[in-house]
Amino acid sequence: MTKQEWKFTTKDIAEKPDLFLSGHRACAGCAPTTVLRLIMKATRGPTIVTQATGCMEVISSIYPYTSWAMPWLHTAFETAAANASGIEAALKALKRKGQLKHEHVDVIAIAGDGGTYDIGLQALSGAVERGHDFLFVLYDNEAYMNTGIQRSGGTPLGAATTTSPAGTVIPGKLEHKKPIAEIMVAHEMPYVATASPYYWRDLIAKARKGLEVEGPAFLHVFAPCPRGWRTEPAKTIEYSRLAVETCVFPLWEAVDGKYSLSIPSMVFARAPEKKKPVTEYLKGQGRFRHLFMPQNKALLETIQRLTDEKWLKLLKKCGEATVSEPASSSS
Amino acid sequence: MGSVVKQVRMALSGDEAVAYAVKQSDVDVVAAYPITPQTIIVERFSEYVANGEVPTEFVCTESEHSALTACLAASVTGARAFTATASAGLALMHEMLFVTSGCRAPVVMAIANRALSAPLNIHGDHSDSMAQRDSGWIQLYAENAQEVYDSIIQAFRIAEDTNVLLPVMVGLDGFTLSHTLENVDTLPDDVVKQFIGSRKIPKVLTHEGKMAPFKLDPDNPMTMGPIALPNYYFEFKRQQEEAMKNALSVIKKVNNEYAKISGRSYGNGLIEQYCLEDAEVAAVCLGSTAGTMKTIVDELRAEGVKAGLLRLRTFRPLPVEDLRSALCNVKAVAVMDKCMSFGGNGGPVFHEIRHVLYDADVQPYVVNYIYGLGGRDTSPRELRSIYSDLQRIVAKKRVETPIQYLGLRE
Repeated sequence: MTKQEWKFTTKDIAEKPDLFLSGHRACAGCAPTTVLRLIMKATRGPTIVTQATGCMEVISSIYPYTSWAMPWLHTAFETAAANASGIEAALKALKRKGQLKHEHVDVIAIAGDGGTYDIGLQALSGAVERGHDFLFVLYDNEAYMNTGIQRSGGTPLGAATTTSPAGTVIPGKLEHKKPIAEIMVAHEMPYVATASPYYWRDLIAKARKGLEVEGPAFLHVFAPCPRGWRTEPAKTIEYSRLAVETCVFPLWEAVDGKYSLSIPSMVFARAPEKKKPVTEYLKGQGRFRHLFMPQNKALLETIQRLTDEKWLKLLKKCGEATVSEPASSSS
Repeated sequence: MGSVVKQVRMALSGDEAVAYAVKQSDVDVVAAYPITPQTIIVERFSEYVANGEVPTEFVCTESEHSALTACLAASVTGARAFTATASAGLALMHEMLFVTSGCRAPVVMAIANRALSAPLNIHGDHSDSMAQRDSGWIQLYAENAQEVYDSIIQAFRIAEDTNVLLPVMVGLDGFTLSHTLENVDTLPDDVVKQFIGSRKIPKVLTHEGKMAPFKLDPDNPMTMGPIALPNYYFEFKRQQEEAMKNALSVIKKVNNEYAKISGRSYGNGLIEQYCLEDAEVAAVCLGSTAGTMKTIVDELRAEGVKAGLLRLRTFRPLPVEDLRSALCNVKAVAVMDKCMSFGGNGGPVFHEIRHVLYDADVQPYVVNYIYGLGGRDTSPRELRSIYSDLQRIVAKKRVETPIQYLGLRE
């Protein structure tokens, strides 16, 4: 895909009517609702949205009310990508028969981490392999929040959830967060990107790119959840920023498999001294509180080490100079 | 039936008959996943697509779960959608069967009826679709490949009728019908197309206060598949039951109209009665078994036995009134189940028939024969023994063994 010129000014974005409307029943400080509102700012014409079961579906569609000023479908938890497959296939067939009023209709599928990393992964992988033209948006609040904060494949190492509690023997989740965006890149799909709502312009631009690309696109959006993370509702956007500044959640995109670092993360590649320690991000989050107890010091250090290693790997993939790479590395 | 059209006789297996009917039914989206003994349906249809014989969008999904989901999503986008499966595939769809009927998506699905694991078995019985009895789908069971072809075409009309708007599954016995070559009279393409017509989408009131077609349409935003709390959920379910009731008359009407163009009808569309008017002993069965049973009834009649048969073509919605009036004057009824309901005191069809006859003025003796599980062959001699059992019951005025297993090594 050729580089897109982002023509929207802040004024244009602000003036574009919201398609995800207020009046929904999300919690105070909910990042996913902000994410949805921003994604809908990126739409470019007739669009159909489909959503997996989850917080964002439940808070936005309580019959007979709706927050969706666009055609919207929910069927089940694991089905966001299969829904998109069926919608896209129907649009193609109806267009072929001259029964579609519009020249083109975009399809956006939205799911949380449970509906993407775990129960929805098979349908997502299948839909991407088949090459359906749709944008899949993962709003990642790192656990099953709708059912009461249970661990998912997207829950990070060390996080306490109701099914990976920080106990006297086990200090929260013992497993890593699945590298979902890289798994999607491995599908050799045209567009994969990560985004965070603090960097809202970057997020909107990436959503737009995902819509413009021919074929499947995957957007992994970081989405703090104050209830699940035990954080102050007012600090949601701050954590969206700290996750990027600590390189816990770097922002990048892969166009036709070619990785490149996005500007907000580029800063830390060019000036590594600006990169903050992970504790800056972890502290203040109730789900990580136990990590700051003396007996979990080693785990805290492991999280820092793994974050650094993953960051260096990403820099390599993006073709960035890895200044802090150990000198002993020979190959 | 003066206007019966000229037809072309083809040699088709049941699966091929499904694929050919779908080819003629102007279907927009077919999404499917292969499973024995349904596979030939998707193979033949893929060939139609590959050879440009149909304008259909074919989605070869990674699972049955996604196959039905894609059909559901395509259907609510305004397309006509079809899928086919069997056994484990239908079981995997279980969740989405309820979502499809709840979303009022008129998807049509062929089921090449097959046993459920474990142990693994690829052969025919009705365990798969009977397990989906309460999923809100209309269920038709065909007797032969001809009826398979005719029923698929009729299914689109039934499903899409605006007083129904429910998904329909058409059952064909695995291997017995799915893989057996039969003569099938086929209608011309244009006749089928005209019979089904284009999809009629009713208008509903949107949240914007407009009347708009009930589909995903960028010009008329509609929220489909919402969450309904205890204050509304119950009403949604009640409406589905009303649609099921409406389906009874629609299935009859479609059966009649189809008879006018094809010269073929299947009883009244709901049940088929064979030598039942004056019968003293009668069997009730579904699907291909009826073919053999009719021959046995003929033999018995020739011997002076007042034997009859009722073939239940429409299992859901259950034609309660038709069943009761057809069976209430019979002295003893044998209900045949190619399925078990473990711990349930008899098979699912048996439960239904006994329930229907409870309200009859005089209740016949009703007994249950469970047979043919996992493709176990049932011989004409075994089937014939059912009638002699019934005669014994009538003579003794007593049922000794209400539930029997036919052709089983005990």
